[in-house]
Amino acid sequence: MIKFEHVTKTYRTNVGLDDVSVNIEKGDFVFLIGPSGAGKSTFIKLILKEIDADEGSIVVDGKEVTSMSNREVPELRRKVGTVFQDFRLLPKKTVFENIAFAMEVLHKSKKQIRKQVPQILSLVGITDKAHKYPDELSAGEQQRVAIARAIINNPIVLIADEPTGNLDPDTAAGIMDLLEQINMRGTTIVMVTHAKDIVDRMKKRVISIEKGKIVSDREGIYDFKGEVAELE
Amino acid sequence: MNSLIYNIKQGFIQIFRNRGMSLASVFSILAMLFILGIFFSIMMNINLFTEVVKQDYDQVEVYLEDEVTQEQTEEIMNKIRAYEGVSDVSYRSKEEALEIMKERWGESGYLLNSLGENPLPASILIGVDSIDDAGMVSEYAGSIEGIEDVQYYRETVEKLTKVTRFLQIGALVVMGFLIVVSVVVVSNTIKLTVFARAREIRIMKYVGATNWFIRGPFMAEGIIIGIIAALVSTGLMTLLYSRVVGGIGTQVLAIVSSPLIPTGYMAWNMLIIFLALGVSIGAWGSIISMRKFLDA
Repeated sequence: MIKFEHVTKTYRTNVGLDDVSVNIEKGDFVFLIGPSGAGKSTFIKLILKEIDADEGSIVVDGKEVTSMSNREVPELRRKVGTVFQDFRLLPKKTVFENIAFAMEVLHKSKKQIRKQVPQILSLVGITDKAHKYPDELSAGEQQRVAIARAIINNPIVLIADEPTGNLDPDTAAGIMDLLEQINMRGTTIVMVTHAKDIVDRMKKRVISIEKGKIVSDREGIYDFKGEVAELE
Repeated sequence: MNSLIYNIKQGFIQIFRNRGMSLASVFSILAMLFILGIFFSIMMNINLFTEVVKQDYDQVEVYLEDEVTQEQTEEIMNKIRAYEGVSDVSYRSKEEALEIMKERWGESGYLLNSLGENPLPASILIGVDSIDDAGMVSEYAGSIEGIEDVQYYRETVEKLTKVTRFLQIGALVVMGFLIVVSVVVVSNTIKLTVFARAREIRIMKYVGATNWFIRGPFMAEGIIIGIIAALVSTGLMTLLYSRVVGGIGTQVLAIVSSPLIPTGYMAWNMLIIFLALGVSIGAWGSIISMRKFLDA
């Protein structure tokens, strides 16, 4: 599904990723943890081809990303749903239009849009907010819109970059329930987070990155020192 | 076809939701089209004036001696008609010449009534294919017997042509300058709108939109703004121009004996030019100003 082989990315002053190899299988739910500047964002940007690797190979859904031309990038991003800490909704479009936009990009018909958007809105639990603008919603609701947009086209993987970073614990728990539900429908999920309690509670695969290297990759819980303790 | 409708619809929605910026863009294009229109209408009128004057003076006048008979006149006319570069030849009698003079003198024409004998000579008017042939034709005509004098307005026409050409070039330079300035101003205005929406564009790219998919509605927006500006400025210019024609049209006709271009004709020309300019500035402006954000 997502396969990194000896990937290195160096910025002008510091290391992003240093000889990283990792394989994420279809249907996985993976946490990506580590201190700030460890390379988590680099990892995600490489998958989305926002930046290019210096060395190594990155394969997403059987396609080599590193040798991809700029023209193929939109197609890659359609296969990868993304959710961010700051939601990144289009401010001048309503909830419905924000989600519809992701379908319009794929030239889906109006009929399909009118059918699928309400379905996804009910899945993420904000059916009644369809015609509100993002700034009229609470943070948790905005994140639900972002998730709805990310999964409307059935991506092979959903990448969530600190999706609960701006949310209070209760709202965050709601979002995590939603992500787990989406994962159970078969969508691979890669989630970057600092939230120890969330990682501990979910008991999923945890990849820990420090200074550009993977220091552990196990099923487990978040450890205080940035290490991952194995489950009993 | 579907995507065309989609882009136009999105363009309208974007304009409406970014009312302030859209209005600013409309105004900047409008202002420049309006100023351009003023120069354009001046230039068009100079062109017309030059054509009218050229037609008036595109001829050589040959004065006949009073003793020349009807047959001799016919003969002279035939000779001239056969000469190269001559397009038409016509006769003007002494009486006709006096009539014309009376007309020119207008209200003071009655003074001519007190003349005992008509002092004006009969003449032959020679139309030439081009003003450049007039010199040769007049030289030839002067050599024919029975001809008193030859008059043609080569110098006058040449001077006039020079002056009007100078004015035309001047107007063209000003118009070119205005177009450049307005492209800069407009693309800056659009750049501001696009800059305010850089985040939006980045989000669209996250969702997997291709560059053309993102560009489409922005281009439609620019084109719609251009069309609106073109329509409004045509309306304003037409209003202004009709006032000018109504106000000083007759005086102009009296002074330089050339009419002003009619308002309707001017309005159509302006509409076509303004639409072409407005649309291309709008579309071009949005493509240029988006380039930076689409590369990322």
